[in-house]
Amino acid sequence: MKILVGYKRVVDYNVRIQVKPDGTGVVTDGVKLSANPFDDIALEEALRLREKGVAEEVVVVGIGPADLTAHLRNGLAMGANRAIHVVAADAVQPLTAARVFLKLVEKEQPGLVILGKQAIDDDANQTGQMLAALWDRPQATFASKVDIAGGKATVTREVDAGLEVIEAELPAVITTDLRLNEPRFIKLPDIMKAKSKPIDTIEFGSLGVEAHDHLKTTHYAAPAKRSKGVMVKDAAELVAALKQKGLL
Amino acid sequence: MTIYKAPLDDLRFALFDVLGAEHTLTSLQGGEAHSRDLLDAVLEEAGRLSEQLLAPTNAPADAEGCRFDKAAHTVTTPKGFKEAFKAFAEGGWTGLTNPEAYGGQALPGVLGTATTEIFQSGNLAWSLYPLLSEGATHAMEQHGEEWQRERFMKPIVAGRWTGTMCLTEPQAGSDLGLLKTRAEPGAADAGGHPTYRISGTKIFISAGEHDLAENIVHLVLARLPDAPEGSRGISMFIVPKFKVGEDGSLGARNTVAAGAIEHKMGIHACSTCVMNFDGAEGYLIGKPHKGLAAMFTMMNAARLSVGVQGLALAERALQNSLNYARERLQSRALSGPKFPDKPADNLLVQPDVRRMLLTQRAFVEGSRALVLYTALQTDIEHRAIDEAARQKAGELVAFLIPIAKGMTTELAQECTKEALQIYGGHGYIAENGMEQFVRDARIITLYEGTTGIQAADLLGRKILQLQGVGARHFLQEIGAFCQQHGADASLRGLIGPLAAAAKEWSELTASLAKRVQANPEELGAAASDYLYYSGYVTLAYLWARSVAAAEAGSQSAAFKQAKRDTAAFYFARILPRTLVHKAAIEAGVATLPAID
Ligand SMILES: Cc1cc2nc3c(=O)[nH]c(=O)nc-3n(C[C@H](O)[C@H](O)[C@H](O)COP(=O)(O)OP(=O)(O)OC[C@H]3O[C@@H](n4cnc5c(N)ncnc54)[C@H](O)[C@@H]3O)c2cc1C
Ligand SMILES: Cc1cc2nc3c(=O)[nH]c(=O)nc-3n(C[C@H](O)[C@H](O)[C@H](O)COP(=O)(O)OP(=O)(O)OC[C@H]3O[C@@H](n4cnc5c(N)ncnc54)[C@H](O)[C@@H]3O)c2cc1C
Repeated sequence: MKILVGYKRVVDYNVRIQVKPDGTGVVTDGVKLSANPFDDIALEEALRLREKGVAEEVVVVGIGPADLTAHLRNGLAMGANRAIHVVAADAVQPLTAARVFLKLVEKEQPGLVILGKQAIDDDANQTGQMLAALWDRPQATFASKVDIAGGKATVTREVDAGLEVIEAELPAVITTDLRLNEPRFIKLPDIMKAKSKPIDTIEFGSLGVEAHDHLKTTHYAAPAKRSKGVMVKDAAELVAALKQKGLL
Repeated sequence: MTIYKAPLDDLRFALFDVLGAEHTLTSLQGGEAHSRDLLDAVLEEAGRLSEQLLAPTNAPADAEGCRFDKAAHTVTTPKGFKEAFKAFAEGGWTGLTNPEAYGGQALPGVLGTATTEIFQSGNLAWSLYPLLSEGATHAMEQHGEEWQRERFMKPIVAGRWTGTMCLTEPQAGSDLGLLKTRAEPGAADAGGHPTYRISGTKIFISAGEHDLAENIVHLVLARLPDAPEGSRGISMFIVPKFKVGEDGSLGARNTVAAGAIEHKMGIHACSTCVMNFDGAEGYLIGKPHKGLAAMFTMMNAARLSVGVQGLALAERALQNSLNYARERLQSRALSGPKFPDKPADNLLVQPDVRRMLLTQRAFVEGSRALVLYTALQTDIEHRAIDEAARQKAGELVAFLIPIAKGMTTELAQECTKEALQIYGGHGYIAENGMEQFVRDARIITLYEGTTGIQAADLLGRKILQLQGVGARHFLQEIGAFCQQHGADASLRGLIGPLAAAAKEWSELTASLAKRVQANPEELGAAASDYLYYSGYVTLAYLWARSVAAAEAGSQSAAFKQAKRDTAAFYFARILPRTLVHKAAIEAGVATLPAID
């Protein structure tokens, strides 16, 4: 079985996000970029499935500008067999990303696609679901445990009410939650091996996918600063204050 | 709890922009693959490992310390150490710079220096276990026989075993010529290799005993029965904790054991052992009576690594004190409130606090450029295609090592002190982690040759005995740099003072050499001040180079401005310290009268 893994590059989770002075976006110049943490988990899960003998090949997919190569090499160093780089100068929205994945799915015929449940840049949480719908295959989102056997994935999902276990016929789309696994540290020899692993480049324009932006960004702004808190004497005063604000 | 983020941007800047390491490394023998993207990926992962696995253990391991079991002669290291060492070994980091033939990654020394900084910042005490091991592998690489490398070096490279360096004895510290440990020829082992029986007591042996690995390989300095007196009669021996069979299997326990561990000021989590050798079985490594010389060929690498320890501690202390100064609200700016809606301004509005921060930044980033510069020269020395280039680099390294070790470790004292000071009274409280940096930093001016010994090495050996050949290369390089950038508007204010300092340095050296010829005591009277003087001029050169590199680089405007500002601060407020040292050098031995 082949597994396709979404491997997006985002502003590192440690970076304090700053809005550009002209409000057209967030500052990414000179800012540390890393793999979306959910995608690291997706890749880790795919690698574990390969190590268990469930899968033979793990392919990481990135959609982004020409300088995405170093990021994809990171995924290869972690253990992916090869990478696909869909070269797109501008960021793509979830539906466009899902359409790109559909094209790759048609070409690669994977038994499983593992994506992060969301990316920490826009937190959309849509691509996996959209891909499953376009592909017309089952989806198991927010996975915190995955077992594959007999052509089925048994997935424990993190839902509002707790945990839910579902089965999905393969091929299917799984999206990862934070507790699924802890991504490995990369080994030095693998960093060197990654240099000679293949990265296929595909121009976004050649896929025949229409980049349709359903969301229009008017402007970016930092959240309003929190105003100073008020000290209350006791619980009664707190209740009164909340009532007065219409919160109770 | 203190924070730590690997300073990848500044490491990259120093490596690639200031030093042009990619161009140099890829043109060396075996360096074809050492491109920037490879080095970048290694730095990234070292940062991840250190931030996630090592940095969180720093304070708890210091509080827990190592435990010694008197009856069993065993040492238990603090929580998390074993796991971290295992991950480190599995990742291939234990063999980063070792040859592939012995299981290493054969990556450049300068990359090893950069990653060493990152690991030492994470947890200095922990980092000493792999560091001592690395030293032992290099000794075997250079001086061992092939079967010794196969049997004793490979498992260390693989991270299954560790190594130590057993030099010091109670009566023999700086002066190793006084050491007494004996080596008597014994029978040949099963494979026909001659053995020796080693007896004596070594003290202060870092990583002498611990629970991180299956076996420990001690490299021991001792005297053969026919050995001449003093430093010409010292040989080096391999003494394993567990004897090792022909096939590499672990055999009987050897008669070497830890007798105690020291209770000390800092690096609590590194076991510092008294090691008792009681007729322990060992093998001669290198030639008889040439042990000290053999030890010295790898001393450069070890001393450079200790210099890096200063940088590593200072970097983490700086990160925390900068954060603290940003967040701590106390007092108002002298010219009126800067944060009127807050009860007080933050500490950054105080010029005196900025002085403390800029001092740290100037020393940290300057030291980083210095140790990486030196490490890159080491790579050139070992792997340049051109013989003349190798020789020149070797001479530069010999000259720069005492500065890189002596200066960087001493500046780390000042940096950690200032970082603690910014925390005010809270810096003195253990919970905040700043006093640990001060305590941990204190050892680095002592081991691997005290600052006094570095100073004597610089002036006595590198300048006078070797007739300053390395210094001449370095001064020529500074001269060429000044000429090349003399007209750059962006370096105005730096080139003039740098050229003047370089000129004064060579004049001072020449006149000092004359005085030492007349009276050898003048050497000892000037050495320390000469080390500092040389160090401050060296950093001035590297700061000027950093500004030149920043102007040409693609970093953010804020990054570039910080480089300009820090360089300006350094030239205006730090470089003038040379005046004091010059005066002290010229005051001579007459001002250091006999004391009884
Ligand atoms: C925590 C720790 C870990 C250590 N780890 C190891 C290890 O792993 N292996 C090992 O072999 N050793 C180790 N050492 C020993 C260390 O290298 C020695 O302590 C060091 O070499 C100094 O020797 P000493 O302590 O005997 O001081 P001394 O040699 O007695 O020096 C005392 C003072 O006199 C000065 N002095 C001495 N001679 C001269 C001179 N000729 N010129 C000018 N000044 C001079 C020194 O600079 C110093 O200030 C360790 C020590 C410590 C504390
Ligand atoms: C062991 C110990 C015992 C103590 N005993 C007592 C005691 O018995 N009684 C008592 O009342 N207190 C005591 N203290 C508190 C001590 O006096 C304070 O820690 C000290 O006054 C500094 O205040 P701070 O720690 O809040 O540092 P901060 O005021 O926050 O200062 C932090 C840093 O900012 C600098 N800074 C702050 N304001 C300015 C400014 N305007 N201009 C320039 N620089 C500035 C400081 O110099 C310092 O480097 C003790 C503290 C300790 C650690």
